[in-house]
Amino acid sequence: MSAAAGAAAAGEGAGRALPGRRPLPLALALAFLACSALAGLLVGPVDLGLGPVARDVASRLPFLGVDSHLSGADSAILWQLRAPRVVLGALVGGMLALAGASYQGVFRNPLADPYLLGIAAGAGLGATLAITWGHGAVGTYDLIPLAAFAGGAAGVVAAYALGHTASTGRSTASLILAGVTVTSFLTAIQTFVQQQHSDSLQEVYSWILGHLDTAGWHDVALVAPYVGASALVLLLHRRVLDVLSLGDEEAATLGVNVARTRLVVVAFATVGTAAAVAISGLIGFVGIIVPHAIRLALGPSYRLILPLSLVGGAGFLVLADVIARTVMAPAELPIGVVTAFFGAPFFAIVLRTSRSFT
Amino acid sequence: MTAISLRDACVSLGGRRVVDRATLVVEAGEWVTLIGPNGAGKSTLLRAIAGLLPFGGSIELDGAPVRRLKRREVARRLAFVPQSPLLPPDLTVREYVLLGRTPHIGQLGAESARDAAAAARALGRLELDALAARPLRTLSGGERQRAVLARALAQEAPLLLLDEPTTALDVGRQQQALELVAELRAGSALTVLSAMHELTLALQYADRIVLLSEGRIVAAGAPEEVATEELISTHYRADVRVLADGEGLVAVVPARRARPG
Repeated sequence: MSAAAGAAAAGEGAGRALPGRRPLPLALALAFLACSALAGLLVGPVDLGLGPVARDVASRLPFLGVDSHLSGADSAILWQLRAPRVVLGALVGGMLALAGASYQGVFRNPLADPYLLGIAAGAGLGATLAITWGHGAVGTYDLIPLAAFAGGAAGVVAAYALGHTASTGRSTASLILAGVTVTSFLTAIQTFVQQQHSDSLQEVYSWILGHLDTAGWHDVALVAPYVGASALVLLLHRRVLDVLSLGDEEAATLGVNVARTRLVVVAFATVGTAAAVAISGLIGFVGIIVPHAIRLALGPSYRLILPLSLVGGAGFLVLADVIARTVMAPAELPIGVVTAFFGAPFFAIVLRTSRSFT
Repeated sequence: MTAISLRDACVSLGGRRVVDRATLVVEAGEWVTLIGPNGAGKSTLLRAIAGLLPFGGSIELDGAPVRRLKRREVARRLAFVPQSPLLPPDLTVREYVLLGRTPHIGQLGAESARDAAAAARALGRLELDALAARPLRTLSGGERQRAVLARALAQEAPLLLLDEPTTALDVGRQQQALELVAELRAGSALTVLSAMHELTLALQYADRIVLLSEGRIVAAGAPEEVATEELISTHYRADVRVLADGEGLVAVVPARRARPG
């Protein structure tokens, strides 16, 4: 082989080896999401049937010229009840998994989840206050997401401020400890308020366990802009998170402004998570299990973990919701119970079969 | 041309002055090695030059004040190899080396074919091609050292800062690591500033030696000028003999003082 041909071959090999350019895993994740979404549209007390649903979906696409055979009531079930629920589940699940992966990257801590910095306790307190004070009053329902969003954001701001003053901004451990402190404090207040108003205990409890059951297009429209903006910014940081895995100091010598990067990633992950939590309550486990399953299968590069967490988390939560509304039908199981009950054994299998865990 | 220029550089850590009015000029293409006892301020000085610590006085890279350079501009001028780099265990060698291209990639961008080619060159020069797809955790100590150097080399900065590049290596590996740096210098106009513990090796590889003691530069010059029994004994608080074989080899050996009786 001539030297030029050898160099060309080496160049090609290097081009192929650029990280984050592996289309197959992403295609599989998208297929998983599509199957989950289809299950979400098909499964329910009224059997709409695969053929009619497919025809109805096709009839809404331009240029196909397909007529729908669904009745008006069936069409309303499909488009006003099931479809928004599937979309909301996808948005919330994708957001929680993406935010969890981002937190894990930015704190270099495998146990970090989107609720790490006090967002869950803050949102829980906000929702509890809205539920108990507005008990029975008109308009309370609209107030809960707002109160949860504000509480969650306030929790993270408090944790960040505390963690920042406690250290010179160099240690992630102090930030995590600040999150623990803020969480304990806000949870104490939340429990106190809850005990004072035992009449609304059931409502508070079911909010905290997480739910997608009130979903309509209105909820989707509330969450989508936050999730969209947050997902965009976080995905743009996927390579920088790989650089941060070398440690703060080395990332700095490679030209990264570590403190600012951490602040931006935490801020956008928080805003997206707060919006998701405001609508659907505290759905646990998604933010930990989905990124780790992807990491164990495909390696530690955030260039794969972030986009796949978004898509995989969406598919996972839509599927969990299908299970939540079928196992005890007509009653619904809180979706947080499903994510943990089915997620934990699945994760145990992934953990056992993977070669290493770091 | 001047690669690094320090004038009265001072660094304080936790209220203690660790580097005290250091003045030093490193010319482009030189290999200068900082020696000195533990806590003399060698690593601290390197980190200040890399822009990682606030400092007093002036530090310039290629005539530009470090304080006014953006992080990315510093990163394009110098590559820093810390004493114990964090190696993400499951990252492959190629992925790791590609991270060295960060200063040349937009904050939110991705590697181009040019970056891949630069990484491939660095892998080639350090003979890591066969290991490129291996996760870092499977490498031996010497291979890790080469991977770290390849990452620094992929940065394509004219200045290389090495903090204790031979720590935790056996004598053969120490020699190989320094020989590698010497080869890299020969192939390009690389300026090297290193901090080292191992005196005899330091003397053999550096063009100039700078002796730091309690934060101050107490001697600087050609290896044989700095490596005197008097200077080393005083500042290391050690009893040493400096042996020369007359062919340019200078060795600093600890010598137990004869005890009466």
